[in-house]
Amino acid sequence: MAHDPLYETVIGLEVHAQMRTQSKIFCGCSTTFGAEANTQICPVCAALPGVLPVLNTELVQMAIKTGLAIQGKIRERSEFSRKNYFYPDLPAGYQISQFELPIIEQGELHVVTDDGNKKKIGITRIHMEVDAGKSLHEGIQGFSWIDLNRTGTPLLEIVSEPDLRSSQEAGAYLKKLRSILRYLQVCDGNMEEGSFRCDANVSVRKQGQTRLGTRTELKNLNSIRNVMRAIDYEAERQIDTLESGGVVVQETRLWDATLNTTRPMRGKEEAHDYRYFPEPDLPPLVIHQDRIDAMAQQLPELPDAKAQRFSSELGLSEYDAGVLTASREMAIYFEETVHLGAHPKTAANWITVELLGRLNREGLDIDQSRVSPNHMGRLINLIQNNEISGKIAKQVFDVMFETGDDPETIVQKRGLKQVSDTGAIEAVVDKILADNPLQVQQYREGKTKVIGFLVGQIMKATQGKANPAAVNAILQDRLSG
Amino acid sequence: MDPSQLTLVQTQSMLRARQISARELAIAFLDRIDRINPDINAFITVDREGALRAAQQADERLHQGNATPMTGIPIGVKDLFCTENLRTTCGSKMLSRFIPPYESTVTRKLKEAGAVILGKTNMDEFAMGSSNETSWFGPVKNPWDPQRIPGGSSGGSAAALAAGLALATIGTDTGGSIRQPAALTGITGLKPTYGRVSRYGMIAFASSLDQAGPMARSAEDAAVVLQCIAGHDAQDSTSIRADVPDYAKTLYPRMDAIRIGIPTEYRPDNLLPEIQQALEKAEQIFRDLGAVLVPVSLPHTRYAIPTYYIIAPAEASSNLARYDGIRFGYRCQDPVDLKDLYTRTRTEGFGDEVKRRIMLGTYVLSSGYYDAYYRKAQKVRRLIANDFHEAFKSVDLLLTPTTPTTAFPLGDKIDDPVAMYLSDLFTINVNLAGLPGISIPCGTDAQGLPIGMQLIAPILKEENLLSAAHAFQTATTWHQRKPEL
Repeated sequence: MAHDPLYETVIGLEVHAQMRTQSKIFCGCSTTFGAEANTQICPVCAALPGVLPVLNTELVQMAIKTGLAIQGKIRERSEFSRKNYFYPDLPAGYQISQFELPIIEQGELHVVTDDGNKKKIGITRIHMEVDAGKSLHEGIQGFSWIDLNRTGTPLLEIVSEPDLRSSQEAGAYLKKLRSILRYLQVCDGNMEEGSFRCDANVSVRKQGQTRLGTRTELKNLNSIRNVMRAIDYEAERQIDTLESGGVVVQETRLWDATLNTTRPMRGKEEAHDYRYFPEPDLPPLVIHQDRIDAMAQQLPELPDAKAQRFSSELGLSEYDAGVLTASREMAIYFEETVHLGAHPKTAANWITVELLGRLNREGLDIDQSRVSPNHMGRLINLIQNNEISGKIAKQVFDVMFETGDDPETIVQKRGLKQVSDTGAIEAVVDKILADNPLQVQQYREGKTKVIGFLVGQIMKATQGKANPAAVNAILQDRLSG
Repeated sequence: MDPSQLTLVQTQSMLRARQISARELAIAFLDRIDRINPDINAFITVDREGALRAAQQADERLHQGNATPMTGIPIGVKDLFCTENLRTTCGSKMLSRFIPPYESTVTRKLKEAGAVILGKTNMDEFAMGSSNETSWFGPVKNPWDPQRIPGGSSGGSAAALAAGLALATIGTDTGGSIRQPAALTGITGLKPTYGRVSRYGMIAFASSLDQAGPMARSAEDAAVVLQCIAGHDAQDSTSIRADVPDYAKTLYPRMDAIRIGIPTEYRPDNLLPEIQQALEKAEQIFRDLGAVLVPVSLPHTRYAIPTYYIIAPAEASSNLARYDGIRFGYRCQDPVDLKDLYTRTRTEGFGDEVKRRIMLGTYVLSSGYYDAYYRKAQKVRRLIANDFHEAFKSVDLLLTPTTPTTAFPLGDKIDDPVAMYLSDLFTINVNLAGLPGISIPCGTDAQGLPIGMQLIAPILKEENLLSAAHAFQTATTWHQRKPEL
């Protein structure tokens, strides 16, 4: 959205990513989403008197991986703190989080900006913390229901520097961050289910001004699209406020996706004094360098490195490499296809043009494709081995996409196999030449373009199955004779 | 049989020799509790049925020959250890009907060893108090003089032992809550190293200071109980990964070449003269046993009380936030909204001392005050710990009085919190430094009230404390004195 060009929008994002650990952060309860209310809880979840937290080491592994993936500094000694506030879905009356000494500091993420340039976005910190339960305000008037299943779900809070300058950059940052977390297999990245949540800090200032303007914090942003829309709305609102002589109030505002507006939040967000202090039930977390080194060895290839390799080693364009590494699933699809012998550039074309075209039209993700990478690779092999032409291959692909059948069966059943038998092709060529004396005459008079018409007639007569190279060779031979 | 005349170690051999059954023993103690407890109020809950069931199982084990040293031993447990299906009140109206669905590690270990839990002992509300007068279930009376307090917060556990209502009890000590009542009732009470005994299932007061420990009639008896409850627990991240020595085997009646430090700061001018004299006599006994006594200095001693009364309430204010009327415990009648539910539940459910400490703790953690109070207190805490560390470079143990006075009359200090807080003057630093400390009887005042002395050892050196206390008790009889009831 185009704002007043005199103003610059400054955005910082706080992402809460639920980690896909087997069990909760401080107890052995399951973290599965969607179970019946209060069936995945224990004395620790309910904060019964006397219970104590025990840190899930799988979470620490995931946090280290994430820190390495964003080139962050992993603290040798970090600590947990208590954030104290009363709310019915916060059973202990405090959230165990990290405050003064978070596990990760000073990371970065690279995004492609609106004008196609690359930009480094700073990540201030990543810390581990516990999710709260849920309050449900429906049913009996005057009562609320508390579901503690989510209590104890581990979160990473990932805080960016105020380095983002537009909603597009914010969107690119979120997509990149989500992609990295998915590559690492530490987070589902599902914003609707709440496994990847984002709050945005937005301020505006006059171009050239170095001091930051007063910011507002936007909440209730349940999709990347809503994050972007909310930022656009809020920047516009702040500019209008300033232009009409008003001042921006520092506050938390809720995004209303139906009305397309933000409005001040009330109630729960009254000025809190969280009285942070180090969590006495957990000793400081000490991570030795050799553990970090070992984790670095196990780190999977991440999107930037993979795209780089696709360009330099496989000869893909930067654009294709970007598309094919945008998600872990996409990259796996491409690599499996190539693994079966498909030429990388051919595979890239088929996947980005044909497959993604169809998937987009039907609103499907790559992991929902009925065409498996194995079938895709085999289809490309049929072309490379001259068993079908590229044109026939598209027909075969359409059937594969509809039915999920393998390409060989489709070619076989429908008799689409390419004709390379010279004798058979010669007979067709001779017949077409005999049927079209005018065009033969024109060709011989130097109007060589008519050869396209003749090839078309031959292909039509063979239902596209004639090997195009053989057709060309025979035709040239006959016409020059 | 008069159960009040037995010790734990004697009873062990009687049970093994089948001179008495665990059931007979349990009945004898339960009957004595029925008779005497109404006067001293040491137990909040007596679990006759559970005790008899445990005693029967103990008899089977004794018969089968797979008994442990605790099998069949009747004990009392401070009412802040969660006991599955047995009410656990923490001395508070807030939890007066709370029945835990899970078992604390300490009571699980005791049950697994075959101990017979007679009931849950009275205590200051949420372990906040030094006189056992803040209990929602009424004050505990000192068996030596029912007009006097037994000390706190483990006052019920101490009084039960002094009155012969159990062979051992479990207390907890955050700033002196085992040692101070042990001194005021003439029994032996050990606060182990922070992290030696699991805190899982022990209702928290101040997490970085709380520690469970045995209270008994002798060091020898305390050693048996500590053996049972000590050790690393995966459910308590602050529990120490260290082997537990065989405490009974390390008891030794001599103290040759053991160096005992006498901290000068622990003998203030206003110390009760009888306590000063009792300590001097005790020093002579230690010398006679072969020990070498040397003066030492712990220069930051005077910061103990202010440091403690910042850190402990800060942690408590957070630990007690869960009592909100939502999931368990007391809830006010007909709340009009959430704020009303919180406010009235906590106003009605907590007593004055608990509220005082929640307010103190909330204040010192508030933004703008955190650095001046909480952060500074943590720094002073380190200095206090360093004092001990330095002292232990030249001595093996420290010897101090446990309390500045003997048991004071009920009502004497309840309206003067600072005077009450000062009764933990000599015990608090040990918690701040995370060290083990023991209080054992070493004399009486002019009225015949018990005097206790405290021995302090380096981290995880409980066996040295128990051995020194045992040597002293081998040479003296103070620990055998019993009140007339």
